[in-house]
Amino acid sequence: MPIDMELEQVLRPTQYPMPPYPPKVITLANGKKMVVRQAEREDVPEILKSVHPCLFIERDYYDIVSARLYGELLAWYRYRVKSEYCLMGQIDGYLVGVVNGRMENEKVGMSYHTLAIDRGLRIGSHLFAAKMEYHMEYLGQEEVLIVAESPIGFRRWMIEYPLEPTKIPHELGGGDSYLLTREIYEKAKPRLVVGDRPVPPDLWEISTRHILYADDDTIRERIAGLKGR
Amino acid sequence: MRDVAVIGVGMIPFGRRDEDSLMDMLAYASLKALDDAGLGDQSVDAVYVGNMGGGMLQHQSAIASSLVDRLSLLPAAADTVENGPASGGSAVKNGLLAVASGYYDTVLVVGGEKMREVTGWRATDFVATMTHPLAEYIYGVTLPGMAGMFTRLYMEKYGVTREALVAVAIKNQEMGGRNPYAHVEMSITKEGIYDDHASIVNNPVVADPLHLYDACPVSDGAAALILFPLEKLKNPAKPPVVIAGFGQATDTQTLQEREDPTDLKAVTLASQQALEMAKLKPSDIHVAELHDAFTILEIAESEHVGFFKKGEGAKAVLAGKTALGGTIPINVSGGLKARGHPVGATGVAQVVDIVYQLRHELPKNRQVKNAVNGLTVNFGGFGNNVLSFVLRRVS
Repeated sequence: MPIDMELEQVLRPTQYPMPPYPPKVITLANGKKMVVRQAEREDVPEILKSVHPCLFIERDYYDIVSARLYGELLAWYRYRVKSEYCLMGQIDGYLVGVVNGRMENEKVGMSYHTLAIDRGLRIGSHLFAAKMEYHMEYLGQEEVLIVAESPIGFRRWMIEYPLEPTKIPHELGGGDSYLLTREIYEKAKPRLVVGDRPVPPDLWEISTRHILYADDDTIRERIAGLKGR
Repeated sequence: MRDVAVIGVGMIPFGRRDEDSLMDMLAYASLKALDDAGLGDQSVDAVYVGNMGGGMLQHQSAIASSLVDRLSLLPAAADTVENGPASGGSAVKNGLLAVASGYYDTVLVVGGEKMREVTGWRATDFVATMTHPLAEYIYGVTLPGMAGMFTRLYMEKYGVTREALVAVAIKNQEMGGRNPYAHVEMSITKEGIYDDHASIVNNPVVADPLHLYDACPVSDGAAALILFPLEKLKNPAKPPVVIAGFGQATDTQTLQEREDPTDLKAVTLASQQALEMAKLKPSDIHVAELHDAFTILEIAESEHVGFFKKGEGAKAVLAGKTALGGTIPINVSGGLKARGHPVGATGVAQVVDIVYQLRHELPKNRQVKNAVNGLTVNFGGFGNNVLSFVLRRVS
């Protein structure tokens, strides 16, 4: 696609400086090691291959979550969103979860989406916590605005942390945001934010060599299989 | 009283079955049992349906009569049996007595529940309706809460450790992974749910000292069986299995009224009755399905049935005695912990799983070698209504 770089300068939002998220490894209930690391912009096409099959899964609002996430990642890839980031979880190189958000300003973060591509292992909880960790501990923000699009999300974020209701409209649909403050984060951190750093070299090598993704049927089975696991 | 054989069994995979109604699930399991029995055009005299929540969760009553019509079994007698999480066991008992008495010959017993139609909170509340309405329920008591208090007491009195509870969870989820009907097919490790610091997220406290992986999942599912008089059974296609004994006992509805809340008297009485009727001792049992809605219950029930002395059940789990290949394999199906716990289905599913075992038709990684005698415990309320069955393979 031809790009007019002069016009692009107008279309591309300016970006806040964003320090990197240091990768970590988390042991899951089944003993597998999930590497959590920051995605590069160039990783987006590979990530979207795992998001795409989720667009057609109605269960637990996977369709709306993945459709919006797909658009947000594409917007990041095409330089159409301000200060977005994406973290991902990988097991043996396979992508098992994606979270994203952005800096609203230097002090306030805007949480976007959490997509668990494998289920029953609290991957969503771990990745959401990593996202909050990034906002609070590495981007140095004081507050994060959050909404949930599914009952599971509401249970995991609003109740487990617990978040503070506000009247501030959220970018996702304009509904009232819930707020993670630094105080709430510090209280929740000991029971919700886990992981070890640095990532052992062998795990790091597997995770960064390629982003592997399961085939569409496997992803659909994992998320919406008959048994739901 | 006539000897009663289980001549057909059927089960559908437990889990989250969004696409199926309660009646669909009951019908699917029933058809599988009817096919397994090879009844052909032979009529069914009576149908007993174990179900706890149809009225509350599906706003549906008269479930048994609806099922009879759905299956074109008219004019079979039809009864729905509601007895909390022991509804399935009670349905089996009613069917058993009907055939043993000589009144009916061919009886279909099916248990089923559709619990995933509501949120986990509402499902927990629905199950809590079995508690005492004035002494317990209005104070917010839930079954996980009761189980947590019971576990704490049991730990203090008998030295049960969290490692033992974790061992039950790991064993049963491992077996669930081998069972195509199980809700939870995922193996878990001690590192992931107990040793590693990430376990605080992977396996959070649900009702102290119980954690997420100490509890059974909330499931949809159904299981069914066909009962028939042994004396009339001609050239059976599969090895006949008889219900050689049964027992049922009740205890106080509230836990605080019990002299010793850790003493599950109804489990002891029901299993003793069942074993005495079958003229067997606990040591004669080769495989057991116990009501492990919470991991502590598998340990406590294994002691109350008499497989182990009080205080020895946890040590037995840690020593591998209750695993496949151990001295008394317990919950080889995965139990409620992994097969799942659609409350009305559970008591029937336990009997179905024992029939599979006694027919010796399971794959090697699930089959208890040469099993002849099996036992079930279906636990209603918090041990205030318990049914136990002893099944025997007929040579």
